[in-house]
Parts: sequence; structure tokens; C-alpha cells
Amino acid sequence: MNSVQKNDLRLLVFGVVLFAVIGGAMEGGFIGSFWKLNIILIGINVILSASLNLINGYTGQFSLGHAGFMAVGAYVGVILTTNFHLPLIAGMVGGGLAAAVLGFLIGLPTLRLNGDYLAIATLGLGEIIRIVIMNIQYVGGAAGFSGIPHLTTFPWVFATMLLTLFAIKNFVNSSHGRACIAIRENEIAAAAMGINTTKYKVLAFTIGAAFAGVAGALFAHCFYIISPGSFTFMQSFNYLIMVVLGGLGSLTGSIAGAFVVTALSAALADWPEFRMIIYALALILLMFYRPQGLFGYVELTKLAPFSRLRGLKGGREE
Amino acid sequence: MEPLLKSTHVVEMFGGLKAVSDFNIYINPGELIGLIGPNGAGKTTAFNLFTGVYQPTSGTIEFDGQNIAGLKPYEITQRGIARTFQNIRLFSELSVLDNVKIAFHSHVKYSVAEAVFRVGRYFDEEALVTAESHRLLSIFKLDDKAEETAKNLPYGAQRRLEIARALAAKPKLLLLDEPAAGMNPQETHELMEMIRWIRDQFSLTILLIEHDMSLVMGICERIYVLEYGEIIAHGTPEQIQNNPEVIRAYLGGEA
Ligand SMILES: Nc1ncnc2c1ncn2[C@@H]1O[C@H](COP(=O)(O)OP(=O)(O)OP(=O)(O)O)[C@@H](O)[C@H]1O
Ligand SMILES: [Mg+2]
Repeated sequence: MNSVQKNDLRLLVFGVVLFAVIGGAMEGGFIGSFWKLNIILIGINVILSASLNLINGYTGQFSLGHAGFMAVGAYVGVILTTNFHLPLIAGMVGGGLAAAVLGFLIGLPTLRLNGDYLAIATLGLGEIIRIVIMNIQYVGGAAGFSGIPHLTTFPWVFATMLLTLFAIKNFVNSSHGRACIAIRENEIAAAAMGINTTKYKVLAFTIGAAFAGVAGALFAHCFYIISPGSFTFMQSFNYLIMVVLGGLGSLTGSIAGAFVVTALSAALADWPEFRMIIYALALILLMFYRPQGLFGYVELTKLAPFSRLRGLKGGREE
Repeated sequence: MEPLLKSTHVVEMFGGLKAVSDFNIYINPGELIGLIGPNGAGKTTAFNLFTGVYQPTSGTIEFDGQNIAGLKPYEITQRGIARTFQNIRLFSELSVLDNVKIAFHSHVKYSVAEAVFRVGRYFDEEALVTAESHRLLSIFKLDDKAEETAKNLPYGAQRRLEIARALAAKPKLLLLDEPAAGMNPQETHELMEMIRWIRDQFSLTILLIEHDMSLVMGICERIYVLEYGEIIAHGTPEQIQNNPEVIRAYLGGEA
């Protein structure tokens, strides 16, 4: 076993221990139903922020349409489980695939745009997805889709989250991931080094959309009813805050961002106006003191106490 | 012998400005050729045409027997032309090692699935890329800086890193845009030796743009002189040094 595999194993063991502790506390009745749901939501949001980070943080493309892909995954997922009585895994795979196909189709033309233009285009497309769903009577239109079986459990969410994190970590630590990071760093130089920049932008966008779709399916099966109102651009903005707060180009950051933002909004559930004030303050402080985010471009696994591995920039690990 | 690179009647217009006009050059395999000329003559534009950054307004560019005009930059790099940039374009926030590893991209064969599941060719090829990157870095005396962030390197080292990175793409033809710019005479001298050495070691063909005449005259076998987008002279270093047109272009006024 080489050092890379050893490190993977260490992370896996850490994940399993964390799962046992939280899962045990849930089973043992130490955690109330409100926080049970929020722990599940944290797991789902980790998937969403990590996948958005692949697009925004690693590849450097400013996407603001993540809630749209999440919606597609959610609706395709609930159709498969509720109307066709398929198991949750089928809903997740179906939702992920549908979101991936849409991500590919949207990414191909829009990723020619740069910076602000791409942000506006993806924001608009996210909204279009939502409005289209609102007008499909088969899925309940604006009133929402109801009668969804409550299939999402903590083990499902945790396993999917681990799988997502490993997949994205392995991707960014490969030649394909380096191609994405090179595009972020200098697109002209990346092309001059033989990287098909369009292909890798679309690939990152498609993979990001696929995971958003999977997360959407998990999200939908936490509730009896979902409606287009759960997938507005404010939701996309929330995931962006998780990524920026946690740190662009860092999976540790995505986990931290998802945790902080989700836990904060749960804790402040009764005072929603405070939530926005705290967000604003947090972002202002961040801009002044840590513009790269809590973990911008670094991973916790690379810091000295965690491993003897060399520290590479770009959110990489080996 | 078939030339490796041959441009025929290449013209590049920027609006009304003819940056390059009727540009004809040929480069034989293994040659080390210089492209010189006053500021704004169109030298970098010629590189951008050869590498697909710009599309020629008219004319053809043949590389290795194929017309490459109209291909995208990454396609041209994959066919065997790599370059450095006059205004350094490193992946400045990444490590020196990663800068080089990235450029191996088109020679890595494992798929996205193999990378994500870490199976098949992934580990072998990654080990190979890392080893070859270190080998290139040690050639350019950068191996002890492998973990350094690229932007923190001194200027001369950044220029050397750009060459190392270009070589990682395994080109047949290497285009160097002012590789000695900003270097002191000692560094320039070492660079000259290095360019000669890599040409032989990597069986390269090299075209370089340079304002440092000692370097150009010292290592180039043939030289093209560009002025206002047109080639005004072509020949061996001795012929160029004694060419009245060239003396006029560089010193101004009548020869
Ligand atoms: N993208 C562009 N759009 C418009 N004009 C351009 C563009 N690129 C270059 N030019 C112009 O074309 C001419 C040739 O520029 P080029 O950069 O090729 O010169 P050069 O020979 O490399 O000069 P130097 O020695 O200063 O690097 C200049 O007049 C320049 O301003
Ligand atoms: Mg130039």
C-alpha cells in the first residue's frame, strides 16, 4: 500500500468513526428530531457545497444555478420513488443523471462566457428550471409534489456524502482535476499546455450538476412535500456562501461552510432576520481578514498535525 | 528534407493594422532558429499564429506536413508545438512541481473513472508523471524549489520554469518568446548552454525570439529579421550582422 492509499484509508476510518458517533447519538435518543433533520441537512449541504466548489473553486467558473440542478434531481427522484415505487437509490441515480444531462446541455453554450456573464447566465437558467417545474402539472406545479415517502436516512446521507467527497478529492488529485485547476489559474496557459479548456469546464460543470441532482433527491425524501419554492436562487446563493465562507478550492472548506451555515440557520430558525445580519457580518469580516475563506485552497489533511504529507497548493492532498 | 514548420504568405490584420504581412519562413527538423526585430515588429504575433491563439487572416501554416491554421491552441500543442510566453504565464498560485505536472496532461491516458476510483493505470501513470516532472525540474535547477509557490520564484527561475513546463508537453517544436528577458549576463549565458543542451537531449527544433544579440548570434543557426510585420532579412548570424537593411532597422536612419 502506498502513502496515498494509506491516507485514503485514514480518511475512511475517520469517516466511519464519525458516522458511528453521530449515528449512535441519534439512535440512543440524545438528539431531538429537529437536530436529527438538521444533521441530515448538513450532510446534504456538504454534497451541494463540495460539488459547487468543483465548479467555482477548483475550475474557477462562477456558477450560481446550483439550486436548479438540485431541483431537477429532487423532482426526478420523487417521480421515480413515488409514482413508480422504485427504491431511493434509483431516485438518487435517476435524479443525478437527469441533472448531469441538463448540466451538460446548459454548460456547453454558457461556459463560453466568463466571470460575471457566466454568473448571470447560470442564475437565469436556475430560475428558468424552477419556473418550468412550476408549470408542469404532472409534478404538482406551484403547489408542489406531495405524498413523498420519507426514505432519506442518516446512513444514506452520510454514505453518499463520503462517496461524493472521495470522488471529488480523487478527481481534483488527478490529471483531469489538474486540468480544471490550470483553467482557473490561467486559461491561456492551460490551453497552451494541451488542455481542452471547453471540455474540462463542461466536465466540471456536469459532474457538479450530477452531485447536486443526487443531493436534491436525498433532500426531497426528507419531506412529505416539495415545491419549486424550495429551489429559488436564494438557495443557490446559500450554497455559494458555504463555498466562499469555507474556502474556494478546498473540500475541508466545503464541509466547514456547509456545517456553519446550516447549523447557524437552524440555531436561528426562530429569528430569521438575525440570520441575514449574521451572514452579512460574517462575510464582511471574511473579506477583511480572510478573503480566501476559512480554508481557501488548503486541506486540513495537509496541515502538520494531521499528516506528514507535503503541502501542495490548490486544495490537493498527496 | 521536409521542413518541420513552414508558413506561406501568412497575413494577420488587427483592424486596419497589418501586424504580420506575407510571412514566409521554414524551419527544418533539429534547427535552432532566431526571430528578431524591433519592438512591435510582429514577432509575438507570429508565435500566436503558430500556436493557434490567433487565426491568420490569410495564408497557410504547415507543421509536420499538415495545415494547422485554424486549429485550437490545445490541438496544436497536442500535435507537437509548445511555447513560453513573453509576459510570463505560469500557474502562479500553484507549486513549481504542479506547474510541470499539468503540462503532461495530454500524455496521461487514464480515464476520469480510473482517477475517481483510483484503479487501473492511475497510480502507475501518476508516479511516472511525478518522476518525469522532477527530472525536468532538476535539468533546470529547480528541483529543490519543487514545493515552492511559482510566483515566489525569482524572475530568472520563473523563465526557466516556463521552459521546463513547455518541455513536459513533449513538443517537437519549441517556441521561446524572449527567454532571457530580465536575466543578468551570467544567467543569460547559462540559459544559452541550456537551450543548446535541451535541443540535443530532447531532439527538439527551436524557434526563439530574443532581443539579447549575444544570445541570438551565439546559438542560432539561421536568423529571420522582422520589421513592421515583414521579413526584411534572413540568413546566418554573420550574414545578418553585415546586412545593411538590418543595421538600418536597428540603428534607424539610412544605412
Ligand atoms: N491582439 C491585438 N490586437 C491589436 N493589435 C495587436 C494585438 N496584438 C499585437 N498587436 C499589435 O501588433 C503589432 C505587433 O505586436 P507584437 O506583440 O507581435 O510585437 P513584437 O515584435 O513581439 O514586439 P516586442 O519586441 O515589443 O515584444 C504591434 O503594433 C501591436 O500593438
Ligand atoms: Mg513580443
